[in-house]
Amino acid sequence: MSARPGFVLEVDRSTPPTMFWHGEGFRMERLPVGSRVVYPPDATAPLADPVAEINAALDNPLGDSAPLSSLLRPGMSLAIAFDDVSLPLPPMRQPDVRQLVIEAVLDRAAAAGVDDVVLIAALALHRRMSEPELRHALGDRIYDSFAPSGRLTQHDAEDPDNLIHLGQTDLGEDVELNKAAATAELLVYVNVNLVTMDGGHKSVATGLASYRSIRHHHNTKTMVHSRSFMDKEHSELHTSNWRMGRLIRDSGVKIFQIETTLNGQSFPESFGFLYRREWEWNLRDRASFLATKGALSAVSPRLARRVMQQTRAGYTLASVQAGEVEAVHERTISNLLAHQLVQVDGQADVLTMGLPYIGPYNVNSLMNPILVACLGLGYFFNSYVGGRPLVRKGGVVIMSHPTPWEFDPVRHPSYIDFFEQVLAETTDPAELEAKFEESFATDPWYIHLYRTGHAYHGVHPFYMWYWTAHALDHLGAAIIVGGDRRAVQRLGLRSASTLDDALELASDVVGKDPSITHLHMPPLLMAEVI
Amino acid sequence: MISEALQGKRIAITGATGFVGTALVERLLRCVPGCEVTAIVRPGRRGGPEARVARDVIRNDCFDRLRQQWGDSFDATIAKRLRAVAGDVSVDGLGLDEQGRQALAEADVVIHSAATVSFDSPLDVAVEVNLLGPKRVAEAMAACGSTAHLVAVSTAYVAGSRRGDVVEAPLSQTPFATKVDWRVEAEAAQRARVSAEDESRSPGKLAGFMKQARAELGGASTPLLAERAERARADWVKDRLVELGRSRAQALGWPDAYAYTKALSERALMECAGDIAVTIVRPSIIESAMAEPFPGWIRGFRMAEPVIISYARGLLAAFPGLPEGIIDVIPVDFVVAAIISVAAKGPDRVGSPVFHVASGYRNPLRYGTLVDLVKSWFHEHPIYDSAGQPIVVPEWSFPGRGHVQRRLNRAAKALRGAERALSALPLRAKAADIAAAVEDRRSQAERALSYVELYGSYAECETIFEVSKLMGLWESLGDVDKKQFCFDPAVLDWKHYVHDVHLPSIVAHARVKTTPGKKDGAQRQDRARRAILSPERHLAAFDLENTLIASNVVESYAWLASRHLGDTDRMRLVVRLLREAPSLASLDRRDRGDFLRHFYRRYEGAPADLLRADAWELFNSLLLAKAFPAALARVRHHRRLGHRTILITGALDLVVEPLRPLFDEVVCPSLGERDGRLTGHLQSAPPTGEARALLMASYAAAEGLELSESVAYADSASDLPMLEAVGHPVAVNPETKLAALARRRGWHVEIWERQKGSRPLLPLAPRVRPGIVTQKRGAN
Repeated sequence: MSARPGFVLEVDRSTPPTMFWHGEGFRMERLPVGSRVVYPPDATAPLADPVAEINAALDNPLGDSAPLSSLLRPGMSLAIAFDDVSLPLPPMRQPDVRQLVIEAVLDRAAAAGVDDVVLIAALALHRRMSEPELRHALGDRIYDSFAPSGRLTQHDAEDPDNLIHLGQTDLGEDVELNKAAATAELLVYVNVNLVTMDGGHKSVATGLASYRSIRHHHNTKTMVHSRSFMDKEHSELHTSNWRMGRLIRDSGVKIFQIETTLNGQSFPESFGFLYRREWEWNLRDRASFLATKGALSAVSPRLARRVMQQTRAGYTLASVQAGEVEAVHERTISNLLAHQLVQVDGQADVLTMGLPYIGPYNVNSLMNPILVACLGLGYFFNSYVGGRPLVRKGGVVIMSHPTPWEFDPVRHPSYIDFFEQVLAETTDPAELEAKFEESFATDPWYIHLYRTGHAYHGVHPFYMWYWTAHALDHLGAAIIVGGDRRAVQRLGLRSASTLDDALELASDVVGKDPSITHLHMPPLLMAEVI
Repeated sequence: MISEALQGKRIAITGATGFVGTALVERLLRCVPGCEVTAIVRPGRRGGPEARVARDVIRNDCFDRLRQQWGDSFDATIAKRLRAVAGDVSVDGLGLDEQGRQALAEADVVIHSAATVSFDSPLDVAVEVNLLGPKRVAEAMAACGSTAHLVAVSTAYVAGSRRGDVVEAPLSQTPFATKVDWRVEAEAAQRARVSAEDESRSPGKLAGFMKQARAELGGASTPLLAERAERARADWVKDRLVELGRSRAQALGWPDAYAYTKALSERALMECAGDIAVTIVRPSIIESAMAEPFPGWIRGFRMAEPVIISYARGLLAAFPGLPEGIIDVIPVDFVVAAIISVAAKGPDRVGSPVFHVASGYRNPLRYGTLVDLVKSWFHEHPIYDSAGQPIVVPEWSFPGRGHVQRRLNRAAKALRGAERALSALPLRAKAADIAAAVEDRRSQAERALSYVELYGSYAECETIFEVSKLMGLWESLGDVDKKQFCFDPAVLDWKHYVHDVHLPSIVAHARVKTTPGKKDGAQRQDRARRAILSPERHLAAFDLENTLIASNVVESYAWLASRHLGDTDRMRLVVRLLREAPSLASLDRRDRGDFLRHFYRRYEGAPADLLRADAWELFNSLLLAKAFPAALARVRHHRRLGHRTILITGALDLVVEPLRPLFDEVVCPSLGERDGRLTGHLQSAPPTGEARALLMASYAAAEGLELSESVAYADSASDLPMLEAVGHPVAVNPETKLAALARRRGWHVEIWERQKGSRPLLPLAPRVRPGIVTQKRGAN
């Protein structure tokens, strides 16, 4: 599993232009000499026998937990919850790691004579998965044996008949969970831990919770105090989830946690240029870059989006750990960091980033302006551990994305109204939280679409905006390069047509000759500023 | 002195609600303190003659000066000196009751100024009012034993279209006067009405009217089409009689039916007056007041005004006329002063009983001069277009009338063609605006044409009206009267009159934009929206197709039908639907209900439960993607405001099921079901056309809601009954016909667009594996 680690390059005169993601396309930018580019690590080699690894993990649990087989007995009820379509990114080629793990769990259940098994997609307030998406994540065999009989379900955070209130934490946080999951004699949660934010107590406490419960940690105050939400030790989001997780454990919900990490092969071999460093591009990478860039810019944005959305990652299982939640999660974090951590020397005045076409909330959909802001100022900005962001307080983030004024009316209906009504009035996270959150969260139409359609919960755009709260609080300015001006303006961000213009704008905030760091993601990395 | 001569006299006036009549009543009350006035008016629809006089005479700004002068005693004085009696000059005996007859008998002077002054009145109306009116007044006076002095207001243009001087003498004594028997003409006009009415009811004509109504409204409901067709018939009869009037007049040497009927009326009056002493006052073109009651006072939009305003708006690029010709204009206060002087003087039983009140003889205003004056004024005081830009008035070249007419005819014809072509296209929303703009241009061209046809001859007039009798009367007045009742045309300074009196007044009356800056359309939109979203509204009714969702029943069917088909069958389905599309569309246009009945047959034998489950996917993958987010937001906005929301649609219940939570009530058709399969037959009549209006009315009645306080949203002319039923109709992305209607009626228009982003190209379901039904969250 020894792969080449991440790396920080200092740009000099001989450095080739740097590739910036730009939605479905790319920009080649010449960064000023002296800028630093943070590259992710290479993917690790695939495991020889992933299924064997899984079996081994199930049979040798971590922490205070018995092997899975010994927890199973005939006549018991078993619930298997699994991460939804927001993970991994991009979706991995089949078989999905969830399929491998759940098949292993089901084998053991069958062997133990457990008949009462339900599968639950742990959606939290995300949209319901479609049939093809479920088939992709679980495989046809599982889908066909569970779905027709109604034993493959998707968590419904607004179903009063299938929620159970377990109590309140010491800080008065309600813990309300999916009843089928919480009342099963054993709850197995199958995670895909793409980044350090995922997993741990957050799996159940958020993934299977109701709005009433989630609102306690998905809010402006928590997010401003999560430095960053990728770093459990410095994350108020996680602290709250951990309190809830312990309450869940203490209420007698028996959880067998399974967490998996992937090898970092975010793109197929044919798109080698997407994960190789520019100066290492061979002839084939160059050709495929030019062909891809040319083709994507020649076709309609719609078609470009379809092409890119159909890209499947070449992920394979890198590690799997099972057992007691906290012990499992500790191991997962250390595995993830061992692979993804890149140390960067000091904060920069300006952080640049190219935003890709996909984020957790627009799989098989389009990235609307709110999701652009969330991906850049939420996820990318927060890709650090150790308490220090890549950019200094009062610094500038420059993001590259076309940011079209476009929305998916099926998946993101409340985003449309959020953009038209809420952001038109204020972009201040705390203000819009106080003024608008409740009406969106309780809007019967959004709830209807969330429950019966494929829509994110009405409150979801607010969460996306809270995700940016830490960045908005920390930064002096945020600039989007090459975006739709009106849309960017509505986001309350600044707009520039080229990187040079953006740096010029930034100089108003950070002065001439700023230090610049470019975050070369994806593939993903986790930065630690030393 | 005039006021002394009329001291204690009772003066009866017909036509008091008209332009001259109003000024006359006001002037008598103000300047002849010792007289009393009796207004003989047609009673209004509400209230008697008193109410009509109060509303249509006293309330006019003509009386502002008196109101100020008399202060608190205004009402009391009016009540004392002005009496109103019911009477109608278009019926024999004037339709007077006992009280009316007595009032007429008591009058010392009767001034007949009632007329239909429109140049394009239907022939029979002009005959009844203009031709027979004066005769009837004289006969009614004779019948009640009156020997009062009858002053009849006529027009200088009774002389007809001819060149040279016209003397102040009865037509029978005038050279070149056409010899016509007014009785024969009057009877012919009455017969013309009967035969036009008969002809309009012939099957061929009625079919034409139906076709016209359908072309205008599309597949609207039967009652609406019938109403429209009947209106078309009435319009046709009117147009026919207007045309008959014009051609008859021109055949006899008068420019239009007005001058022709007025001319005959003089003959009829002279013939039937008997012992009644008659004086005829013939004004030329009466325009706004020079000084009394205040400079620029005018009532109604008269002859020159629409022409001038159209010119100022740049719509009249050319108008025929002879630059050296005389345009004979006389201010209304001069006419009124002359009439009062004539009344005060009493009848002249020896000389000619005719007075011209015209300016051309003593103080001619050349047509070319007038055009220059108008042009220079509008250069200084331009009207602004809707973009806030000043409109540059066109340069007129004084072409011949035939030339202008031909040009305008061509333009109107071309625009009519373009309008027809556009209205046949399936345009919506912003594209439909183009069609509406073409319609505007067409109606402008037609209006311009009608001005030229109607008034062209007055600008080409080479007649000069002699005023020696009028001047004799003028010279007989003392200085006080001359000051108080000025009617000497020589005192008119045309530049002053046109620039400082007339044009400012008519521009103010025309309510055109006279200040620069963009007219705030957005503000008007906001106001309209606020009215719609006011908490006082009761009910908001919505149509579905193209109002909430850019889709239709055919697409829904295609999606549902293709969901469980293999590739070949899907192609076959698509080909079949495409082949049928034109006939389906035309059936839909003809009758929405028939179309739905016919189309829903296709669902025969479909498994009901499967379809119901599929409909949810249909909603999520097609309908929601094609919905207008602003529309959905609007429905919810209404609900938040506490309005009832109701969806009325021809789409099937199973298709609209997912939309139910958005509404308090959903009215939609459903198909019968037998053994778990749909029968393809509707269980009740689909809610289309007028059925929607009835439905809304009964729903509102049952729930205690007011439709006048309600809002309706729809997209096509076939939804007119629904839109017309409420107080606040909203046209959403209207197709051409509705766009035109909405514009004309000032209805609020919303342009709602589909969300930019995902848009499915074909209404076909994604392939699914057989036997698998996607299930709802929580349900499985």
